[in-house]
Formats: sequence, structure tokens, C-alpha cells
Amino acid sequence: MNALREKARQTLDELDARTEPLKPKDRMAIEPQEMPAQEPRVRASNFKEVTLGYSEEQARLEAMRCLQCKNAPCISGCPVQINIPKFISQIVSKDYEGAVQTIKLTNILPSICGRVCPQEIQCQAPCTLGKALKDAGKSVSIGRLERFVADFERAKGIKQQSVKPETGKRVAVIGSGPAGLTVAADVRREGHSVVIFEAFHKPGGVMIYGIPEFRLPKAIVQAEIDTLRAMGVEIRTDYVIGRTRKLMDLLDKDGFDAVFVGTGAGLPKFMHIEGENLIGVFSANEYLTRINLMKAYDPQSDTPIMKSRKVAVLGGGNVAMDAARCALRLGADEVHLVYRRTETEMPARAEERHHAKEEGVVFHLLENAKRIIGNEYGCVTGMECLRYELGEPDDSGRRRPVPIKGSEFIMELDTVVVAIGNDSNPLIKRTTPEIETNKTNNILTDADGKTSVDRVYAGGDIVLGAATVILAMGQGRRAAASINKMLAASLDASPAAPEQHDI
Amino acid sequence: MHRIVIKKQLSQDVFQFDIEAPLIAAERLPGQFIILQTSDNAERIPLTIADADISAGTITIVFQAVGKSTHLLAAMNEGNHIPHLLGPLGTPTHIDQFGSVVCVGGGIGVAPLHPIAKGMKKAGNQVTIIMGARTRDLIIMEDEMRSIADEMIICTDDGSYGRKALVTEPLKEICSQDHKPNLVVAIGPPIMMKFCAETTRPFGVKTIVSLNTIMIDGTGMCGGCRVTVGGKTRFVCVDGPEFDGHLVDFDNMMKRLGAYREVEAQAHHQCHLDLGIKPTT
Repeated sequence: MNALREKARQTLDELDARTEPLKPKDRMAIEPQEMPAQEPRVRASNFKEVTLGYSEEQARLEAMRCLQCKNAPCISGCPVQINIPKFISQIVSKDYEGAVQTIKLTNILPSICGRVCPQEIQCQAPCTLGKALKDAGKSVSIGRLERFVADFERAKGIKQQSVKPETGKRVAVIGSGPAGLTVAADVRREGHSVVIFEAFHKPGGVMIYGIPEFRLPKAIVQAEIDTLRAMGVEIRTDYVIGRTRKLMDLLDKDGFDAVFVGTGAGLPKFMHIEGENLIGVFSANEYLTRINLMKAYDPQSDTPIMKSRKVAVLGGGNVAMDAARCALRLGADEVHLVYRRTETEMPARAEERHHAKEEGVVFHLLENAKRIIGNEYGCVTGMECLRYELGEPDDSGRRRPVPIKGSEFIMELDTVVVAIGNDSNPLIKRTTPEIETNKTNNILTDADGKTSVDRVYAGGDIVLGAATVILAMGQGRRAAASINKMLAASLDASPAAPEQHDI
Repeated sequence: MHRIVIKKQLSQDVFQFDIEAPLIAAERLPGQFIILQTSDNAERIPLTIADADISAGTITIVFQAVGKSTHLLAAMNEGNHIPHLLGPLGTPTHIDQFGSVVCVGGGIGVAPLHPIAKGMKKAGNQVTIIMGARTRDLIIMEDEMRSIADEMIICTDDGSYGRKALVTEPLKEICSQDHKPNLVVAIGPPIMMKFCAETTRPFGVKTIVSLNTIMIDGTGMCGGCRVTVGGKTRFVCVDGPEFDGHLVDFDNMMKRLGAYREVEAQAHHQCHLDLGIKPTT
């Protein structure tokens, strides 16, 4: 890490000493800054964060690579349209505080997005620098810069966001994941009071129960949630809407003027193969929740997790990578990632795949589980797999994997983690028949995030199906904008004195 | 925070708590459960609601101290607060006028059976209650159940109270009568529910069982509670906890319940040492 920093310092000194402004050619000549990280062998046995973040020198140097192009294609690549060239130029001029505020105009969770957003397919994909260098991998590392300024701010104490005078309007937010937190912030800023209802005992949704500590430290999520609380957002944990209270009661009896549903992904999908309910077969949701939310790896926690020796993870997404890397950290001797297509088709981010391989996860491509084998105690002992080859493209445009006849083989295992996605959570639908959903139980909304029920909005995975933190936030922003518009209109229509409600 | 208003010891390891939880008390229906934690680091324990008092704003739970987490719960006293309590969860029991309903409760399974029997009686059914336990001291909530039952049968394995029999004996007799019951609801240890279902199967009497599997969130996210019902994977927390006993793969469920037995035994032993209780095993 120090070597990277030292090298950056030298280059930076040379550039700062120049009297003429940097030309695009000079910017293009600056080497892309590598992200310092824990050594793969070391990190594979701890839960501490893998990537360590840019030093100030590296951040400024990386920021100088930005060509500040007028059309800024990066902004349109960002689901929440951060003014990227502006915050990058603020880093160059050492105005880190200003850079954070630029980001926070449209994104309240920069320290989280800087870590978990798939920038390579969003803001960094259309980057002019990457195009000029004919390598998208050499685009400006926008995400790392976002993380740098957000961490800079957190270290100094996060500045409270301003809140307009109280309007007396009340908004209920169901779920405290990325969509819910975004709505809460955007709505609260306008002076409406906000109550978030969370079913778990800790707020944060997937950022707490799903994404592991080594990719997104929980203290960071907590700091972001504390910021919301400081803005006056109330969070009620252990409170499941649909059961503890019906959604419609929030509007009809509890005096809320609008409701946002951000209940996230639900029931894990299984493959429906023989042996899937044996002991030692987990959904990725269960495996990750035991580890991340319930801290099963911590001796202070009472929630157990199986001590596994040989683990197979089925799937090729970010969740599969998280589960595989968690299994390594829990002390498994072997972790196998089994995916029926090739690495090109994997939905997981390149960085996650790279990290997983570096740490020792063995990739089995063009292979898939046929059945899981158990012993007389009902415990997993192995898995029968089939080899595949790629055939014609399917509906998703990816070449369809076709099983090779007679290619069966057995993998000896004691644990299988199924990470092939989720169906939507059924609770709101089952307890709120008024709300329209599609065949897969996802809530239907219009372009403004409005559902079929008046004053009820929705966003995030419950609408999109399994997606990403930033897409959920984008949906939250859109819904919050329409909630704010609706409430502003009703305030104009009847500027009544603020009313207090107790529930 | 939820205050423990009343704590009663029903038998050596069985406790009843009345806990302040006004919202849950108002919303809960028979068959539903809660999940509680005694601290942030504690396991999430699912427990079926045995009763509720809307005016007092309390719910009643009955549990047996078997492992570390339930021992820590049992060590709490009146006036203490339970930091995390979530509910009511699960799909409520389908209560209707079926005709004659036999409610079979084994051990502390009588507690979750209580609101169901009460509901069935209120819906105009003829309610027969069969209660069973290993020995007399383990029979709980007898008065409450007696006040509901049209007919009451108590069995103990050792004959120390009521009939010396397993609950399946009187159940079989009742099913053999000319007027077969219209519905059986059996709640208790998995092995008892399995054999109740086997007993009623030849008579074609529909039998509902309530499953208590390992679960974490309890709201349809983790999938840890899954069971095989009629060859399909179902989730106890949202699809259940009640299922058609004739379709449940009890053997698979019982094996899955034992997934953490070794870890649990270790934690339990350590917990006894920490609480200053002489280890029983």
C-alpha cells in the first residue's frame, strides 16, 4: 500500500509543479491508480474489508485522469445521475468536503455505492478516457473516488443534511434497505416526517444481512443510518408491515399520507433437484444472513453455522461470490463455484470474480448440479454434476447451456449453497390484496413508482426482482420525487396546521 | 422493548410468559407465532402464541428450556424487558365450522393448540381434546383446555395421570367410530405429529399439523425453514406453520431439525456452566 502511495506522491509532485494546465494528452498518460487491498492469502481468513481505499495522493492522481469532457457520458450512465465531473474536479482541487456534497445532492449513500456499485457497467462504461485508451478497464475509477471522498467525510464526522421546516405530512417507508433509506432521506429533506418500518432487529436490509463485512463494513452502513436518524427519520425495528400492522391501516388509521414499499427480495429460489433439503444445503440468503446479520463467525454470537470442509456454491452472481468467499473465511478447505455457463455470461462483477479466484475459490464453468447426495443421517456427502456446452442464444441473449449426455461425475462435498436468485417477498401481496402484482409477485408501478393503490409507492427488488443497491436507490429517488410532488400539491390545496399523530 | 408481565413455571423446564406487545396482541390470530431475541447477539427463537389479551396488551408464550437460548430466556424474570419481539408471523389457522374437530396436543404443543381449540369451539364445532405427556408433571394448561373441550382425554406414557397410552390410541378409537371426526389438529413433538398423521391416514380424516422448524428471519427471506410437503418445497414461516399432515415429509424435517445438535449441545453445556446450573446431560 505504501509503495502505491509513494509512487503516486512522486507523480503528483511533478504534475503539481507544472505551470501550464494539464492537456488531455497529459491526463491520458497518467497511470490508472491501482486499489490497495489485503493480501489474498491473509484476507481469505479474516472478515476485514478486502480493499483498503485510495490514499489522498492516489485519489488526486486518479481524479486528474478525468478529461472533464463536456458531454459527460458518465452522468447518464449513473442510475442516480451524480454530477461526476464536478465532484472529480473538486478532488483535484482538494475540496473533498465539496465533492461529498456534490454527490449527496443525488446520492445519500456514497460510501456504500463507492464500494458495491457495478461502476464498470454504469458510469465507467461510457467514460471517454476508457474509450480513448481503447480499454474500459482504464476508465476513470469513479467508484473508488466516490468511496475516497465518502470515507474522508466519515472520518471527519458526517455533515448533517439540511431539512426544510416541518410540513405536518407523514410518510411510512417499509423496509430499510437501499430503496427505503433513499426515500426516507429525499422525503425527509422536504420537511415531511418519516417513519421506517424494518422487520429485522437491525436496519439496513441487504446491506446488513446480505453483503458481507469484507465487502461492505457494517460500521459504514450504521454511520449512514445514523445520519438519517440525525435528520429526524424514525426507524422502528422488529416491525413487519402486513403482520404487525396492515399496510392499509398505515393510511386509514395511523395518519400516514403516503407509503413506500421497499421490502426487497424474498423467498430464495431452489433448483428443485433431488437432495435439496438435506442437512448442509443452504440458500445463499440463509448462509449469508447467519454470517452477516447474526454474526455466526463471532464467538459472541449464539447463532451457529455449519463447520464445512468442502463447499460448493451454485450460481454465478455477486451473491454466489459472497457466499463462496464467506465459506473460505469460515475455514473451509475447498470452495467450488459451480456455474453452468462460462465466465463471460456470469452476472457477478469482474472485481468480485477476480477477488474470489485470488482467494482460492475454484471455478467450475459449464457444469451444473444434477442431484445432491446424502448419507443415512440426511447430511450432504456429495453432488452429482453434469458438464455443459454452449448452444444457441436464449431469451436473455446469452448462449444457452446444453447438458452433455453421459458427462455425469460426482463431487465430494459436505455443504451446498444455492445462489440462483430470489422470488419476491410474498408478505405484502398476501396481506394487501388491493395491490397489483405480476406473475412473479413483483409489485407493479407506473413510471413514477406509483402502485395500483392510491398514495402507495414501491421500488427496489420488490419491483425489479433481484437487482443492485444502486438500481434500488434510483427507484427510491423516483418514488420519493413523486411522493414529494403529491404531498406538495396536497399542501397547496389545504395548507392546514401541522397535526400530531401518535400510533 | 417488551416487558415480561407474568412469569409462571408450568413444570420443571416449562415456562409461561405474558409479555407486553399490544400491537401483536391486537393483530394475532390462532396458529401464528412470534420470533424473539434475548439480546442483539442472541439466536432468533420462533415461538407460537398461546394466548393474547387485547385489553391488557399482552401475549402469552409457553416454552421449554432445552438449549442455551431458551435457558437464557427462562432466566429472565417479571419486569425484565425482551429487547426484540417480532410478529405475529405465519398464516393463521383456517377456522371454520367443520362439525367435529379433534385437537391433539403433546407436551408443550398444548400451548399453541389452545387458541386453535378455542377458535374451533367458538366457530361452533364439537371439540374433543386429547392431551398427552410423558408424565403427569408435564401436563400443562389442563384447566384452560378443559374449559373449551366437549370431551377431554388425557394420556401419560407412564400412566401417572389419565390413560396410560400414547395420544394415537384414543385418536384411533375416535376415528374408528361411525361418525368420524371432520378434522384433526395435532401439535406436539414432530414424532407425535408424524404418528397422528399416520393414525388418521387410513381413515381419510384430514389432519393439520403445526411445524416449528429452524428459521432465521421468519418473514420469507432465508429459506432455512423449508420442508417437503406433497413433494414440493414449502416455507414454514410464510406458507405455514400449518400444513396437511398427510403430505409432510416428517423424516426429512426431523433430520433437518437436528442439523445443529452438536453445536447446540456444546453451547447448552457452556450455558449451564455460565448460569451456574448443574449440567443435566
